Amino acid sequence: MDIDLIITSFPKLIGGALITLKLLSASMFFGIFIGLFFAILRIRNNFLSKIAYAYSYIFRGTPLLVQIFIIYYGFAEIDLIRKTFLWEAFKEPYWCAIIAFALNTGAYTSEILRSAFETIKIGYIEAGKSLGISKKLIFYKIQIPIAIKQSLPAYGNEIILMLKGTSLASTVTLMDITGIAKYIISTTFKPIEVFIVAGSIYLFMTFIIHNVIKFLERKYSFNN
Amino acid sequence: MDLLAFGKTGWGDELFVAALMTIAVSITAMLIGFIFALIFTPLKLSKNKFLNLIANSYTTVIRGVPELLVIYLFFFGGSGALMYVASIFGYYEYIEINAFITGSVAIGIISGAYSTEVFRGAIQSIDKGQFEASKVLGFKKHIHFFKIIMPQMLRLSIPNLSNVWQITLKDTSLISVTGLVEIMRQSYIAAGSTRDPLFFYSFAAVLYLALTFLSMQLINRLELKYNKGY
Repeated sequence: MDIDLIITSFPKLIGGALITLKLLSASMFFGIFIGLFFAILRIRNNFLSKIAYAYSYIFRGTPLLVQIFIIYYGFAEIDLIRKTFLWEAFKEPYWCAIIAFALNTGAYTSEILRSAFETIKIGYIEAGKSLGISKKLIFYKIQIPIAIKQSLPAYGNEIILMLKGTSLASTVTLMDITGIAKYIISTTFKPIEVFIVAGSIYLFMTFIIHNVIKFLERKYSFNN
Repeated sequence: MDLLAFGKTGWGDELFVAALMTIAVSITAMLIGFIFALIFTPLKLSKNKFLNLIANSYTTVIRGVPELLVIYLFFFGGSGALMYVASIFGYYEYIEINAFITGSVAIGIISGAYSTEVFRGAIQSIDKGQFEASKVLGFKKHIHFFKIIMPQMLRLSIPNLSNVWQITLKDTSLISVTGLVEIMRQSYIAAGSTRDPLFFYSFAAVLYLALTFLSMQLINRLELKYNKGY
């Protein structure tokens, strides 16, 4: 066991943690809007809901790595992207990773929210109706808050899955925790020490996310 | 479509073989995962605090650390660790583990952590009466587990195991970083030599979709079969 390496690699990996957190927060931010949008499309049974289903099926059925590679390497072939302002975003691995992560987590979020919408007790909606509240208000003030509350545990898992997903950014040259870890391993050939440090940073982040979600769950539960 | 022709002119046969490799790695990893799960599930349910701690650290660490990091650990550390063990037994030659084994073991350990949680949940949801009845009837311990608990556990875990299978199948794409020629790696090679990454990566996505779709069909059938009596 090389204690020196553990101590010297720690600040380097913490530097990578900043990029990991940036990638995570940006993709979760965009992902929640994408997820909400597609979950709302899924409520009614029409053509749009089929498109929303196809979107979620494709993004959940293929590996995240393929999605990043298509966006980063593949989209550069398309003239519409290469020759317009879109190229500004698609030439940067950073934005490509965020786009891929946001679309991926959006698909999972849409499933989480959809099942939350479906499990809302019909009584709540009927109560709203009998009180003469407009449909729009019922949706925004009853259905959405309840759905968000119900989906918190599953969404917490999704944030942790996405935290792990951001490690794939290292495959498109970004130096996040995993990227830096791989660099240190390949120069020192001491994988165990680096794994312990990088793994602990990830576990610490997982621990924080887990507890924040638990706190929110307690805060928004109906029982207190 | 010429790009996908079989034979020397296209990449069809290479991608077909690569898809078979993905299936082989996924199945091997899933089976290795089962072995880990069968070791760690009893530890998780045991009344011994120390055994609990071991099992909980396994599932927490593996599920909280990125898959890619675990793969790097095995890819860079696998042969080193094996050579260290071999040196204890007096064998000092260089040992290289092939990418298939490294990859399957790495993914297997990851899928094992998920399977452990699935089995634990399944055993806990078996009716308490089943345990009591088998105790009262005086079954030996291994008969109690293999003939009474395990069949019920497996039936209850099929839906969640199908999720683990999907995760495992998608995780195998990460082994491409170690150079094992599965779907992702083959697409990378093809994309590099034809300069058409969009086509090949999209085709890889289609292959993965087909694999998940087909395996879901199979699993649904399995589920129906095992739920016949219920």
